[in-house]
Amino acid sequence: MPAMNLVQAIQSALDFKLADDERVLVFGEDVGHEGGVFRVTQGLQATHGERRVFDTPLSESVIMGAGLGMAVAGLRPVLEIQFCGFIYPAMNQLVTHVARMRNRTRGVFTVPMTIRLPYGGGIQALELHSESMEAMLAHIPGLKVVIPSTPYDAKGLLISAIECEDPVLFMEPKKVYRAFRQEVPAEAYRIPLGKANRVQEGTRITLVAYGAMMRVARQAVDLAAKDGLSVELIDLRSIYPMDTETVLDSVRKTGRLAILHEGPMSFGVAAELIARVNEEALMSLEAPPRRICGFDTIMPLPMGEQHYMPTPERVLFELLQLHSFPE
Amino acid sequence: MLTSFDPLKGKRLQLLDEAGRLVKGKFPPLLEGEALVAAYRHMLRARVADDKALLFQRQKRIHTLPVNRGQEACAVGSALALGQDDWLVQSYRELGGLLVRGATIRNHLLYFKGSEWGSVHPGHPRILPLSVPIGSQITHAAGIAHAIRYQGGQEVVLAHFGDGATSQGDFHEGINWASVFKCPVIFFCNNNHYAISLPRHKQTASATIAQKAIAYGIPGLQIDGNDLLAVHAATRAAAEHARTEGPVLIEAFTYRMGPHTTADDPSIYRSAEEEAEWQPRDPLIRVRRLLESQGLWDDAREEAFRAEAAAETDQAMREVDELGETPVDEIFAWQYADRPRELARQQADYEAFLKWKEAR
Ligand SMILES: Cc1ncc(C[n+]2csc(CCOP(=O)(O)OP(=O)(O)O)c2C)c(N)n1
Repeated sequence: MPAMNLVQAIQSALDFKLADDERVLVFGEDVGHEGGVFRVTQGLQATHGERRVFDTPLSESVIMGAGLGMAVAGLRPVLEIQFCGFIYPAMNQLVTHVARMRNRTRGVFTVPMTIRLPYGGGIQALELHSESMEAMLAHIPGLKVVIPSTPYDAKGLLISAIECEDPVLFMEPKKVYRAFRQEVPAEAYRIPLGKANRVQEGTRITLVAYGAMMRVARQAVDLAAKDGLSVELIDLRSIYPMDTETVLDSVRKTGRLAILHEGPMSFGVAAELIARVNEEALMSLEAPPRRICGFDTIMPLPMGEQHYMPTPERVLFELLQLHSFPE
Repeated sequence: MLTSFDPLKGKRLQLLDEAGRLVKGKFPPLLEGEALVAAYRHMLRARVADDKALLFQRQKRIHTLPVNRGQEACAVGSALALGQDDWLVQSYRELGGLLVRGATIRNHLLYFKGSEWGSVHPGHPRILPLSVPIGSQITHAAGIAHAIRYQGGQEVVLAHFGDGATSQGDFHEGINWASVFKCPVIFFCNNNHYAISLPRHKQTASATIAQKAIAYGIPGLQIDGNDLLAVHAATRAAAEHARTEGPVLIEAFTYRMGPHTTADDPSIYRSAEEEAEWQPRDPLIRVRRLLESQGLWDDAREEAFRAEAAAETDQAMREVDELGETPVDEIFAWQYADRPRELARQQADYEAFLKWKEAR
């Protein structure tokens, strides 16, 4: 099996779907000739031609709106918004049309479209190049939101996303793009949307994370193990639909829950997951769940970013607090 | 002037040619003598700071930043046409213009090292912080100009943006608003021929960007953006018009001689031949030639001023190097006028962690 980083795994999924289904078009700002600012689509135009893989004018609104038009006309657009922080000009299209089309037309018109969205911080980037807005997006009825944390998951999830009959936001953790390699099958495979992955068993605390925070979570789990604390780690993978069952199973066993994400705390993914656990497993909880998140502030510029981004140590601190409750 | 250069007829205003000779015609240059020397110094100071910033980025002393090289005439010429109380609504490639209006090289470096204080200029000149979402600032300019009109002021607003920005709704919406309400704003498009990798001809099928003004019922003209005198004179004329009649769209025909940002590799999307073609059109060369022909500048002065600007930039970098990380309290302090409970609690939790970490 070839070893691939996240960029290569995503590329390999796109390459497969372009070859597999001529309804698939890949487009966005700089994605064609240049292969994207992160080079994720590098080589795809050369292989599949300019009709299939192309650069667009600089307008997120029309990228999203035209994507919808293509989708209702029978294509399967895979579009790239260059950074999560630049999706806002497209929000009108996303909320008022993309997310609503199936329901409004009782399924006559649907939007099987994938929106690739590099997201996340910790990369000392310019303003609006570090956002993590999955909660805002998952809040919109009609959209699915998926966030892989590994090359293997990325390929399988992206193929599923492109084949999904509904619009999917496929959020790519930039910090993981070239962080490590993993064996990834050269051929196609699928990972179902809406399924979490229990990546490590443990007994005392359930820690849920996703995307770039999975690496932080793994390190924290290792640190905790050194302190004699056994933590079960779950990679959520899909924000909406959210695999509550896997988390509930774990919490019923451990009795303690911590959720880690880099997006702002208030009204975030952690808050939603805690609500679900309260609804279905309140009596299994031995301590109030803890949220380990970004703050309710804009992402500080690089000289302050290290305070905002959760670190393994900060996660460990929170895990120890959670463990020692009610002291 | 604004109506003498019909963009549909392919006209382009130039007052100073590539050889540094004044172009004879109806419109005299408005910068002469010591004023012209001062303008050249602004351009050169921006050039030196820009070159050095690129180097500092390579040395990892600052982070990714946009490169200004080639667009100094646009930034400096337009800013010099403004009065003290006028507004500059920047994009992110107008370093020379910022310097004209009192911003410092230190702040430029500080911002790109990653401090919000980099957007706080001495004396608080009317400069909005740079605008990352492409084209979004165009609507702000319309609003500031609207407020000026409402308040009975005489100021104008200068809004900078690139050719890529003209594809965004905000470009059209902002110009439309300003045209309807006759707001005193100059829309200044730096057509540097690329939006990252996308060449200008793939951005819009219009022959010129200036002609887009026609649809909004306002004057639009294309100028040689590498010609300091043309930029300055056109912006002056546009400011006059803006004050009395309403908005103007200027398309400055220029070239981004460097990479888009320090993270960009132009060799992927353009040829070395093309870059070489623009080399002799460098906006600094022709001003220097003109000044030299008038005995106002020479090699010695060039060298001395370059050394001065380099020393200033090095000193600024050293000062910025010394600065520590953003204090924790500042991350929470500036988000709201007051500090909501939620934030206070998040801060307390985080500070508890820091204490624990120190004790460990
Ligand atoms: C809304 C938005 N989308 C995408 C980007 C990413 N981006 C940064 S600069 C740029 C190209 C801008 O081109 P242009 O307007 O011509 O200005 P230039 O950079 O050439 O000065 C792009 C696509 C962004 N900053 N904002």
